[in-house]
Amino acid sequence: MHIDWFPLWLSLRVAVVSTAIAIAAGLWIAYILANREFRGKEALDAAVTLPLVLPPTVLGYYLLVLVGRASPIGRLWEEIFGSPLVFTWKAAVLAALLHSFPLLVKSARAAFESVDRSYERAARTLGASEWRLFWRVTAPLVRRQIFAAGALAFARSLGDFGATLMVAGDIPGSTQTMAIAIYDAVESNNGAVARVLVLVISAIALAILTFANRLVLKSR
Amino acid sequence: MIHVRVRKTFPAKPDSGGFTLDVEFKAEPGVTVLFGPSGSGKTLTLDSIAGFVRPDEGRVLLDDQILFDAASGVHLPPQRRHCGYVFQNYALFPHMTLRQNLEFAVEQRPRLERHRRVNEMIERFRLQDAAGRRPHEVSGGQRQRCSIARALIGSPRVLLLDEPTQGLDAPLRGEFYEILERVRTDFKTPILLVTHDLDECFEIGEEMLVMRAGRIVQSGAPRKILDQPANLDVARLLGRFNLLAAEIRALDPGRNSSRVQVGEYELDGPYFPGHLRGDRVMLCVRPEQLRACARNGRPAANQIPVELKRVIEKPEGVRLEFAGGIHVDVSRAEYEARQDQREWLVEFPRDLLRIL
Repeated sequence: MHIDWFPLWLSLRVAVVSTAIAIAAGLWIAYILANREFRGKEALDAAVTLPLVLPPTVLGYYLLVLVGRASPIGRLWEEIFGSPLVFTWKAAVLAALLHSFPLLVKSARAAFESVDRSYERAARTLGASEWRLFWRVTAPLVRRQIFAAGALAFARSLGDFGATLMVAGDIPGSTQTMAIAIYDAVESNNGAVARVLVLVISAIALAILTFANRLVLKSR
Repeated sequence: MIHVRVRKTFPAKPDSGGFTLDVEFKAEPGVTVLFGPSGSGKTLTLDSIAGFVRPDEGRVLLDDQILFDAASGVHLPPQRRHCGYVFQNYALFPHMTLRQNLEFAVEQRPRLERHRRVNEMIERFRLQDAAGRRPHEVSGGQRQRCSIARALIGSPRVLLLDEPTQGLDAPLRGEFYEILERVRTDFKTPILLVTHDLDECFEIGEEMLVMRAGRIVQSGAPRKILDQPANLDVARLLGRFNLLAAEIRALDPGRNSSRVQVGEYELDGPYFPGHLRGDRVMLCVRPEQLRACARNGRPAANQIPVELKRVIEKPEGVRLEFAGGIHVDVSRAEYEARQDQREWLVEFPRDLLRIL
């Protein structure tokens, strides 16, 4: 039995990049949601959470509209990089991001909200700027929960199928991720390959979730 | 000196009634105690000074700096107010050692000064043994001392303490009062302390603000407030009085005397300015001011025969509860000498009678 391991590496690469982006952007949104009062705050939260509940095909459609070759963003991308964004592994990153981002924001918001307000107040009366307060007090206090949120986001980005298929396609050796490779294997009656891939991705996801749970338990 | 005049309204919500904080007071260097029941706005007052909440109206003046002024829109962030704040749970950063907690407060200062200040505080607050450990690894007393040291290390111009002795056992409380006394003499800043413990007000407070439902209902030295509560509300808040319904039967300013009827008995009292004959009032007298004695024949002047209902043991003596809600504190020896007698008289000393 020959198994092509490219989909596994591609999935891991996509997950790493999308998790990094989710953390970089999601932490700030989560921090603002947890700490600031403004109009439309819960609407923003709902908008961020939406991808969790929409069908993957809807997300894929939105992405195509947003970054497809006819869209302004898609055209700009082509201008700058000389090739289209869609049907590349970078589009797969976008699709994965859409799924991991809400998970990260949700758990990070909960983590920030769990910090006792008096620590932040104390830091402020001691003259700490908001920046220093975040990096020296809040972030260290929620370190473990944030890592756990990142792990959860990572596990989720490993598993996207529908949106990835729509914006990145199924190009073996280029955009074929684990989930898509499994689908292909089943469709082409290659049960043995499908079984191995399924077991591998299940094991990875299980390991990550166990790790995330232990982080959260430790932080209590 | 700090001068606070703030007003803040929280509109009523389905699950809670509205609340309005409306206070004005000045505090000089020394300890000013904010006394009142939970939900009377004590902590909210501290938070308005520290800058955690923005009042709707008024101004907060610290020395000659405006911290908050609604009219001109000034609302300095907590970082620029120079208020030392000791939180109820101390709020020591759990991921830092005690030394790092202190360093955090002076990080902006030059290195040498930083080092000197931290060491000075560690010595002054006897934290040498605990400095390298985290808050959860040290004793309650060390945590408490460190939180006060951290609030003071940046030389604040006012020290705010939110129920610092809540949930402490007696020895730690005693230690805290000792520390606060030293802080009071060493750092000549106003100290505002929130409590709902009247004993604490007497132990440490030079001035006392009695708060109820968002307002200051009386202010002054604790002793003075206990001697003459401004009204029935204050008397009830202090909770240390016999409050007996009474009626003024006679008033004579010339002889500085009055007659007050309580139940079926008439008592002699001092003249009560501002009252009229026939006024229905509350007689307000503390249990330790009354005397309980044996009944031999007819009651003398200002003695009322009463029926003993209950004997309550207290650390400092015995409290006798008589019919009609009259409480009298007597010493243990006094009680033991008379405990077999059937009939009691309670004597109301003429000059200690107060009415509200």
